[in-house]
Amino acid sequence: MSSTTTQSTYQPKTNVGKITNYVDSRVGGSGIVKEFGRKIFPDHWTFMFGEVALYSFVILLLSGTFLTFFFDPSMAETHYEGSYIPLRGVEMSEAYATALNISFDVRGGLFMRQVHHWSALLFVAAVSVHMLRVFFTGAFRRPRELNWVVGCVLLILAMAAGFTGYSLPDDLLSGNGLRIIDGVIKAVPVVGTYISFFLFGGEFPGTVVIPRLYVLHILLIPAIILLMIVIHLFMVVTHKHTQFPGPGRTNDNVVGFPVGPVYAAKAGGFFFIVFGIIAAISAAFTINPIWNYGPYDPSPVSAGTQPDWYIGWVDGALRLMPGWIAGIPLEWNIPMPWGVNTLSLNVLLPALVPAGIVFTLMFAWPWIESWLTKDKREHHLLDRPRNAPFRTAVGVSGVVFYCVMWAAASSDLIATHFFVSLNDVTYWLRVLFFVGPIIGFMVAQRIALALQRKDREIALHGRETGRIVRLPHGEFIEVHEPLDEYKRYNLVNYESHSVLPAEADVNGHVTRTEKARGRLSRFFFEDRVAPVTPAELEAAHSHGHHDAIAEQHDKAAVSK
Amino acid sequence: MADHSHGSPESTGVVARPGQGDVQKFQNPGLPPHRPRLADRDPRAEKRAERQVAILFLVSIIGTVLFFVGYFLIPLDETIETLRLQNLTLGLGTAFAMLGIGVGIVHWAKTLMPDHEVSEDRHEIRTEADRADAEKIINDIVEETGIKRRPLIRNTLLGAMLLAPLPAVFIFRDLGPLPGDALRHTYWDAGTRLARDPSGTPIKASDVTIGSAFHVIPEGLSDSEHYLEEKAKAVVLLMRLNPDSLNPSPGREDWGYQGIVAYSKICTHVGCPVALYEQQTHHLLCPCHQSTFDLTQECKVIFGPATRPLPQLPIAVDDEGYLIATSDFQEPVGPSFWERG
Ligand code: FES
Repeated sequence: MSSTTTQSTYQPKTNVGKITNYVDSRVGGSGIVKEFGRKIFPDHWTFMFGEVALYSFVILLLSGTFLTFFFDPSMAETHYEGSYIPLRGVEMSEAYATALNISFDVRGGLFMRQVHHWSALLFVAAVSVHMLRVFFTGAFRRPRELNWVVGCVLLILAMAAGFTGYSLPDDLLSGNGLRIIDGVIKAVPVVGTYISFFLFGGEFPGTVVIPRLYVLHILLIPAIILLMIVIHLFMVVTHKHTQFPGPGRTNDNVVGFPVGPVYAAKAGGFFFIVFGIIAAISAAFTINPIWNYGPYDPSPVSAGTQPDWYIGWVDGALRLMPGWIAGIPLEWNIPMPWGVNTLSLNVLLPALVPAGIVFTLMFAWPWIESWLTKDKREHHLLDRPRNAPFRTAVGVSGVVFYCVMWAAASSDLIATHFFVSLNDVTYWLRVLFFVGPIIGFMVAQRIALALQRKDREIALHGRETGRIVRLPHGEFIEVHEPLDEYKRYNLVNYESHSVLPAEADVNGHVTRTEKARGRLSRFFFEDRVAPVTPAELEAAHSHGHHDAIAEQHDKAAVSK
Repeated sequence: MADHSHGSPESTGVVARPGQGDVQKFQNPGLPPHRPRLADRDPRAEKRAERQVAILFLVSIIGTVLFFVGYFLIPLDETIETLRLQNLTLGLGTAFAMLGIGVGIVHWAKTLMPDHEVSEDRHEIRTEADRADAEKIINDIVEETGIKRRPLIRNTLLGAMLLAPLPAVFIFRDLGPLPGDALRHTYWDAGTRLARDPSGTPIKASDVTIGSAFHVIPEGLSDSEHYLEEKAKAVVLLMRLNPDSLNPSPGREDWGYQGIVAYSKICTHVGCPVALYEQQTHHLLCPCHQSTFDLTQECKVIFGPATRPLPQLPIAVDDEGYLIATSDFQEPVGPSFWERG
């Protein structure tokens, strides 16, 4: 407020100086440069997935804008007159005809279509992998819980953007995809039929759904995605980036490269690399050759067709669900005072329950974890996945759950590829749907604990060198080379949660949720490997005898 | 702030020794010593890196030229081969143009720009003083509006705000018509001839040999105003089996004709066309989620996520020997919906 009274007396000498001064004295650019010019960003290869997501979104905007200039999202009937001879004279919608024109009659049009489709696949993949990185390293913990939620919203939006786009060319495949959606919507109790009629402007397929999806796809969804990205990045700046623990890195600092020049150069250069890779893939690999499918027709369908990968898991869930269980149908006709209503659990359950579980746990995880561990502190240092075995196990369990459904979406391809019966594949996947996540949990937890034990071993006794020497009294031992302080610090510098039994609240009362928390805490943290302490290291060094110590430490560290 | 890494390549600087200070936790040894890169020490390596970056930028320029070669010199001549070739050239041109710049810049940053890691302090996300100020401002604002003291204003405002968005919801009412009984009827009617899909030529009972299958639409469908919508409900599969292998339930004995039966092609799961007929087993298979229907048991579901059998279209033969429907489907075809009953 007081700054309005101060008048700068600075006189720039060069032309550039004059221009920058003109702008700066009006919008305050100096402050921005001061704040961001040398801001520190930590560097690690896993931090790059978020960048890939951002860049593929930019490429989607660029290639998508190009496509809109040539695409007409209309379902009006027309006869194809373009260059692709096999379809000449065929009746089809304007949408399909213009999508064909983009491919065959606009130079570079096919390339842009492929760039758009490939970057859409990459976008959802990058968002997913980025979220896995954030999850497995615990980057979602306080103060970043809300940014995690924004990320979850972005994942859903990315899938919505992909799906609305997939339907636009109005070819046979996309029409069948829409029909499945229509069938699922109709299964929704009470309002399903109405939603279907409103979405399609009457009966499926109607003449309005593609223009409507188009508006969602090119305007509404990208606008919300953009808004969410802005919020997301704004929070990244507010929080400053997390970093992996290591020598010199603490919870109170950020170690890395300054934005100018190194980080900006690397990140900026990386945009071109992502673009280049997408261009190379689009040059070499055909995606969605719509001319092979023909216009939408409700009668034909081809076997072995696949939805885009990110929709696969929902489609797979639909496949896994049996229509009958032990002679009991899963579709019920319920008598009501006004007539009989139909509840299609065989469609509703697989469409809603797995996605519901995955997304609910995903959104709520930061709070579930802090409730479980009673850890409400700020965390700016990441966990190595092995150092948080419980979280890693939960994550792997979720990934297995997802992958089983994803595999189910290709059950027919699995069957034909490996010459097994399709029904058997489905039965096995049904079993895996329930058992897989449990096995995944146990295996991941054991592996994480084993890796921690190995780290302990190395921290205490050094690296195995493979050199065997013979001691004067005849014994053979392998020489262990001690670690330098920096390497050792990498292995010993972590926190390991231990069991927190249920505690009484202020009134001396142990609530039921607290009891449940205590039990879960026991379940998750009973097996733990404590980090090496300086005292232990000293003990390991002063006692010569390797085996005795190792044994002793295993007992101390792995409290059962 | 910017505390550059300490130590030198020869000595490691500050370290934590076991047992020193805290016995529970190791002390942070600080940033490892900075190791100079080849290009930092050897001017020849520096020159080499410089040349490499320049070559990468040249690759980008060549890529852009390649793009124009593909754009102007490869004419699109209605064959898919030239299209592929052009796509490949444009794509590779763009890829080189982009990768040249990208890899060049990153290489430049990695070999020639300073590679000292720098440490910066984190700041509190909000300071206690700010929090107190903000709280006071908000309290003052709320106080000045007097909303707490004037419940009449507060309650009427709440009511108004709750109601005001309703028009924004209801204005979407005209997105589509109400369902009515549209889902209960199809284009079929008593006497409609069964015709081939997509040609529309009617089918004689004598054309249907044992073991054969036809994709069927109602005759005259192409004259319909809502061709696709009607077709989406009316498509039928026609098959002829040995009459002994059919087991019609009471009341449905005369829905077929000498072993010829017609079933809706729309899957009762979520509506894909049930396109695959396995002649040997008399199974119909939906390719979308593999629901399997057994023709010999009136298309009962024997595997997969569907629950209801495919609806059967009652058929007969007219005076000229053509197959006709004797009525519309007797139940709604396709996926279930709430009002289906
Ligand atoms: S639509 Fe036929 S099995 Fe799902």
